[in-house]
Amino acid sequence: MSLAHRIIPCLDTDGERVVKGVNFVGLRDAGDPVALATRYNSEGADELVVLDIAASRDRRPTFLETIRHVAAELAIPLTAGGGIRTLEDGRAVVRAGADKITVNTAAVERPALISELSREFGAQAVVLAIDAKRSGDHWDVMVRGGRETASRDALEWARLAVAYGAGEILLTSVDRDGTQSGFDVALTAAISRAVTVPVIASGGAKSPEHFVEIFEEGAADAALAASIFHDRVQSIRALKEFLAARGVAVRLPC
Amino acid sequence: MKVTILDYGAGNVPSVERALQRLGAESLRTGSPEHVSNADALLLPGVGHYAALVRALDQKNLRAPLVDAIHRGVPFLGICLGLQVLFKSSEEAAQLQGLNLVAGTVSALPPNVKLPHMGWNQLGRKRESSLLAGIDAGAYFYFAHSYAALDSNSATSATCSYGVEFAAVIEQNNVHAVQFHPEKSGDAGARLLRNFLRLAA
Repeated sequence: MSLAHRIIPCLDTDGERVVKGVNFVGLRDAGDPVALATRYNSEGADELVVLDIAASRDRRPTFLETIRHVAAELAIPLTAGGGIRTLEDGRAVVRAGADKITVNTAAVERPALISELSREFGAQAVVLAIDAKRSGDHWDVMVRGGRETASRDALEWARLAVAYGAGEILLTSVDRDGTQSGFDVALTAAISRAVTVPVIASGGAKSPEHFVEIFEEGAADAALAASIFHDRVQSIRALKEFLAARGVAVRLPC
Repeated sequence: MKVTILDYGAGNVPSVERALQRLGAESLRTGSPEHVSNADALLLPGVGHYAALVRALDQKNLRAPLVDAIHRGVPFLGICLGLQVLFKSSEEAAQLQGLNLVAGTVSALPPNVKLPHMGWNQLGRKRESSLLAGIDAGAYFYFAHSYAALDSNSATSATCSYGVEFAAVIEQNNVHAVQFHPEKSGDAGARLLRNFLRLAA
């Protein structure tokens, strides 16, 4: 009896359609969010993350509508975010059906946003997304979709965010994102050991071996990927069977 | 039969409602004491802070009708905080009184594990359980909490271990409760909800 390592597909959307890109740029259409969510739910995904990477104010109602449609199909937890700047933004995604809210740039600029959300919804509902990029002997926090440095140490920010009430960290390696060269084991292990909350590793996944590595050496509690699942490079079911055979605790779908 | 869902503003009320809809059950979301008094079956979802639930029950005058209904034998299902509130009190807000329907108290999970306890975990069966009937012994359920009822007693039909063993399923006459989220636990969770609907019918 032990807590399973989670496999989490991520839908990056422009509010309405799933899009994908390499190192946060060069976006292209990757499908309908509801169709993908339904498929992942039945393939044995442990959770689903839906992000609005455009996060423009005028497209917000469309994104909330997308969350509503996706939530209606899911019997697993749903995390939503992208452009969450205020407590009211958080309330809107929860009302639309999200179980957890993910915050990024706005929390770097105003960490009190984390405590406001945590007080209202509980720490288990607040996922701090950190986009980290190697800079010499440490990792810098990147903001605005990974394009700008916040000139802040990722480890310090992770610790501080947990003190503010974040219940989980969604850690994306900007260096690895979209490269399919494997998760950033050193980054993930460093953050996972620095904080008391679960860490979701993201960026760079391709082979099942990458997942074994991030759970065993990277001390990740969960692993997130997008395009390898969207493009059927890897099925979630086959991935979990592979992990189970390698002795990694996972929830096998029926 | 209609399931009355106590809606005090908790985040997981809509997902509980959707889960019941998928099973074809009729439900009513309400914060009204009259609806609670007249309920055929009661469901108390909950997620977040213990104090928010207890205060909402008192501010909306739901505590007395809820306790009365449970004493009259109305089938009850508590989810997550809806399990924790059945005990006398919780370390999360020690000054507040729980419903005191099940012996024991709620404490923080130990700091030797990552908190919250977040994700899919398995159960250890303690005795026969109507809620878990037909569910595979190795089935996983979705947990998201930092507090739990650590002193397992006769009301506990299944436990879970995460740093420490705690009550995962409570069954005491018409009082049923689970620390995990059946509405988010895939097929196993749906089966558990169906078992509750069946025994409440």
